[in-house]
Amino acid sequence: MLKLSKVILLLFVFSLLGFSPLLAQHGQEEEHSTSNHASESQSTKEFNAGEYVLEHVSDSYDWHITSWGRDHHISFPLPVILYSKHPELHGGKKFHVFMSSKFHHQHDDYLGFRVSESEEYDGKIVELDVHGNELGRPFDISVTKTIAEAIISVILMIVVLISIAKAAKRNTGKAPSGLQNLLEPIIIFIRDEVAKPAIGDKKYEKFMPYLLSVFFFILLNNFVGLIPFPPFGANVTGNIAVTMVLALFTFGITTINGNKHYWKEIYNPDVPWWLKFPIPLMPIVELSGVITKPFVLMVRLFANMMAGHMIVSVFVSLIFIFTSIMGPAAGFGISPVSVAFSVFIVLLDVLVSFIQAYVFTLLSALYFGMATAEHH
Amino acid sequence: MGLVMPNPGTVIWMLIIFGIVVYVLKKFAWRPILDALKERETSIANALNSAEEAKREVAGLKADNEKVIAEARKERDVILKEAKEIKAKIVAEAKGKAAEEAQKTIDQARQQINAEKTAAINEIKKQVAELSVVIAEKVIKKELSNKGEQKKMVDGLVDDIKLN
Repeated sequence: MLKLSKVILLLFVFSLLGFSPLLAQHGQEEEHSTSNHASESQSTKEFNAGEYVLEHVSDSYDWHITSWGRDHHISFPLPVILYSKHPELHGGKKFHVFMSSKFHHQHDDYLGFRVSESEEYDGKIVELDVHGNELGRPFDISVTKTIAEAIISVILMIVVLISIAKAAKRNTGKAPSGLQNLLEPIIIFIRDEVAKPAIGDKKYEKFMPYLLSVFFFILLNNFVGLIPFPPFGANVTGNIAVTMVLALFTFGITTINGNKHYWKEIYNPDVPWWLKFPIPLMPIVELSGVITKPFVLMVRLFANMMAGHMIVSVFVSLIFIFTSIMGPAAGFGISPVSVAFSVFIVLLDVLVSFIQAYVFTLLSALYFGMATAEHH
Repeated sequence: MGLVMPNPGTVIWMLIIFGIVVYVLKKFAWRPILDALKERETSIANALNSAEEAKREVAGLKADNEKVIAEARKERDVILKEAKEIKAKIVAEAKGKAAEEAQKTIDQARQQINAEKTAAINEIKKQVAELSVVIAEKVIKKELSNKGEQKKMVDGLVDDIKLN
């Protein structure tokens, strides 16, 4: 009993700790609305829950850690890399690399660039003409928070997995030890329960490295997104560009490895001839299936992870909603409920992290299996 | 809208990052790990197989042992039987030989007895013949004591000679 209560206490403390950046973000939010930004449009003292939630789940140019009061921000600047077609607006250069701290927490313009707050380009860097009007987006390959987080988690993953590989080499034929013990069952699970049944005993080996990479990448980034303090906490797998790349990889590997049988099933399936001629109805359906599969992979992972982060943010923002409507006492009163629900959702997200990593891997394996299946 | 529109820059970065991840992990992590797993699995399978084989071998050895023991027992029985037979044979042979020997001795004794008997009889015959001669001498001496008799006798003898 004592143990359980300790665990619950610990969870509460951690959740409070975890959301402290969020609480701080709220402060920044208010501060934002009162700043004398050039394009400041909606100036409301009221807490805007939607904005707060969106800001938490979306990408940003610097890594915000905490802020208090009006002008005290602690954030980690990240490199901004831009390519513009209008060098005359940006000091005569086309290619620009600078730290995001030049924007001074999105309050200032720099070299004709601005972090937009308009409806269309919200939160993105835009180019400005000489009068300060937003022209549009430059080609933007900035290392954003999502990318930085992905790089951190990838380095972590490579270091851990290579150390495990070394341990595996050292312990060849012997019992596994340490971290190897933790990950080997997962690797064996992917091999025996995902790859082998979906692809078949003969061909599965070729796809194992990709399946394992994608599984651990998604799983680690899901978890990293749940850890609420820097250098973790960025929403990597809840970013549609990230899931798009993952889905593109699966799509590419499926397409490259598609055998004769696979293409025949797409362009000339075994259906009555009038479904193929004169209007190639079935080929169109099959071909759309080829596109739909990775699309669904992309959307499923993105939506699940995004939703988890959103719900947690919404529960936390409940505190501020109550505070702004009924005063600090109400906000304080609602906070245990918010925290309890957030903890519940975070725990649920731990489960969802596993499930989504598993589902993505399983579906990828199934697509590979379809692409390489022999005619039966 | 910003949330569901993939940012091209992010896509490019992620393509690079994830590509590197897949390549590096494939080369330096998954290959060694999967190979080690496979090797361990085969070694475990081999160990199990060899254990099974050893078990079978032990069972075979046991059966062999039993067979050997049974054979030994059988052999012992055979040897014992043979020994008994040989004993019986030897005894029987010895008995036969003894009887033969006894018979021989008896026969010899009998022969000797017969020879002795014959000799004794011959001796008696000789003695009887001598005695008879002596008696006959005495009788003749007595008979030829008067002259007539003597003359008769000589006549008789002369007759006999004439005849010849």
